[in-house]
Amino acid sequence: MSAIVHKPAPRARLRSGKVHGPTVTLAHGGGGKAMRDLIDDVFVGPFANPVLAPLEDQARFALSELARGGDRLAFTTDSYVVDPLFFLGGDIGELAVNGTINDLAVCGARPLYLSCAVILEEGFPLDDLRRIAASMQKAAAAAGVLIVTGDTKVVQRHAADKLFVNTSGIGVIPRGVDIAAARARPGDKVLVNGYIGDHGVAILAARDELALDVPIRSDTQPLNGLVESLLKACPDVHCLRDATRGGIATVLNEFAQSADVCVHLEEPAIPVREAVKGVSEILGLDPLYFANEGKLVALIPAARAETALAAMRAHPAGVDAAIIGEIGDRPEGSVIMHTSFGGERIVDMLVGEQLPRIC
Amino acid sequence: MKFVDEFRDPAKARILVSRIEELVPQIPICRRRPLQLMEVCGGHTHSIFKYGIEQMLPEAIELVHGPGCPVCVLPIGRVDDCVALAEQPNVIFTTFGDAMRVPGSRKSLLQAKAEGADIRMVYSPTDALRIARGNPDREVVFFALGFETTMPSTAFTILRAEVEGIDNFSVFCNHITIIPTIKAILDSPELTLDGFLGPGHVSMVIGTGPYEFIARHYRKPLVVSGFEPLDILQSVWMVMMQLAEGRCEVENQYQRVVPEAGNNAALAAVHKVFQLREFFEWRGLGSIDHSGVRLRPTYARFDAERRYGVPNLKIADPKACQCGEVLKGVIKPWQCKVFGTACTPETPLGSLMVSSEGACAAVYNYGPIDLDERLKRRTAARESTEARA
Repeated sequence: MSAIVHKPAPRARLRSGKVHGPTVTLAHGGGGKAMRDLIDDVFVGPFANPVLAPLEDQARFALSELARGGDRLAFTTDSYVVDPLFFLGGDIGELAVNGTINDLAVCGARPLYLSCAVILEEGFPLDDLRRIAASMQKAAAAAGVLIVTGDTKVVQRHAADKLFVNTSGIGVIPRGVDIAAARARPGDKVLVNGYIGDHGVAILAARDELALDVPIRSDTQPLNGLVESLLKACPDVHCLRDATRGGIATVLNEFAQSADVCVHLEEPAIPVREAVKGVSEILGLDPLYFANEGKLVALIPAARAETALAAMRAHPAGVDAAIIGEIGDRPEGSVIMHTSFGGERIVDMLVGEQLPRIC
Repeated sequence: MKFVDEFRDPAKARILVSRIEELVPQIPICRRRPLQLMEVCGGHTHSIFKYGIEQMLPEAIELVHGPGCPVCVLPIGRVDDCVALAEQPNVIFTTFGDAMRVPGSRKSLLQAKAEGADIRMVYSPTDALRIARGNPDREVVFFALGFETTMPSTAFTILRAEVEGIDNFSVFCNHITIIPTIKAILDSPELTLDGFLGPGHVSMVIGTGPYEFIARHYRKPLVVSGFEPLDILQSVWMVMMQLAEGRCEVENQYQRVVPEAGNNAALAAVHKVFQLREFFEWRGLGSIDHSGVRLRPTYARFDAERRYGVPNLKIADPKACQCGEVLKGVIKPWQCKVFGTACTPETPLGSLMVSSEGACAAVYNYGPIDLDERLKRRTAARESTEARA
């Protein structure tokens, strides 16, 4: 896999607009000087990189450079509307960068370029916006990707809830890598790269309606480095998916249905923090369905499973990785949990949202 | 997890299961037909499916999933009343999460929320009172729901609102009481139940005394049971010991939580605030005398029914729906005509399919793992959805 080297940003094209006042107003979305100042001050400053620098209506990059990294492009998009915007362990900006990076990474692609479109409700505090942009830049830099194009809209009060972010991303898939849900085969081992449910619980705790004091941090992190290590140790990864909304239960059901196989899970092997278990017990929710923002589920041929596990554990994003089950053939399209208690149950797709029980 | 894992120990479970197996030949009924034990409480039903307890038990024991899921027995008319209240201008309607999806005749609370009603999910009535405190120019209505388990917290919240002089807060009272309902089931002519696992958290409030008539008058053993899987297995074993020894008594397996006399402070608050209704409508079971409570006249100003004049219409359950027969243990969930076809968790006809404590939703979501049966059901559900579209 040949690396694509980004040259340092040229200084020539840096504008120096500055926003004044404490909040975003409709003028900042009007297309005139106020908007330019906002973009320069809040986004262009922190994001500065050679692809963004010309500030044309689109980012441009050489095909030849992309082609050195592999033989296919991966392209994805995702919108982020999390409430609250800031929570223990992260914020919406970090999520928006890591989420799209992870959607690229789990097909084996090396993520390269992101776009960033922001929809702001008028009256949004500029300091919060700066904080979010800075954390996007920090996350992008940590994962080695560039934010190369963007858009800003401001809408009237109540036409949006504070701030929404959309990021799209492009990555390059190295030759020979073929990861797909339909490749799940009986005998494959099921791996996860660490504790599940942390993000879901961090968000629940950050919403003050839940008077629970839970010291759980969101697990938001980029997975591209981990996937690279994993592919190095085990090039024949069958399936890989990041377990975001709907949790690992949803991803495993998708695998089971795409490949007409059965996923057998071993409850005692699934890494769940004590505090996450506690919250689940109190509210009658199931950590298998909690959102994660830095967890992936991998299906690996049995013969390579231990090697893959060791490679994951050697990477900072996979220290607590575990083998949590294996693929069988029947009943097709199902996920079966072998409970710690010695029983069995079906783990189905969630119908709507998980709703807490009364008593 | 401390104080939880101890009650989920698989080694102890195996010992209990083998003790239960040993008892089967000593119980005369088991020679003629499977033993039918009803777990009254929805919390038990949930645990039984979540841990796969039914498959661990010998075939000679059938668990019948009782009426103790307050969301499941909520009649359609009351859901319509909730929607009507929530759609009043200036009202903030507060509710427990799992009541959001229960279908009314026109819509569920979830749909009403999507259409603009201000409906907020809370975890306790005190959260609703907090919202009232923070929004003095709005009217906050709390959807009070549940058996004796949740009654005291509603009562204390009303007493709190009185002390603080909060007058923009009221309660739509749908609290129900378990004893008349168990009695109605015992009086049902189709009854074939041999014993009961009594509700744990209800008993934490009311104690074990109110069940005595079941043992004495109806000659059925009852064991008040906890909710962890070992609690349930031990309670099954205790009921079977009674049957093997020819005893009919009320026993308390859940002693770590349930005092024999109940919780006096909670009962006092309940009696202060609530009075029995002459009758209350249950989904699937019909009207049951003295099975619901309402606010006493002293607290009329906190009573949403008096404050708003809710429509209070009786709406018949869908004809195809056999929730009542499932609740009484006459048929199993999958024997219902519409189970898994017209009635699924996505498009529930009956409320047993709505809550995760409902017997039908539990069976649908968690098994039993009969492979061909599940596939057949899935195909049928898909066809039914397509036909409707």
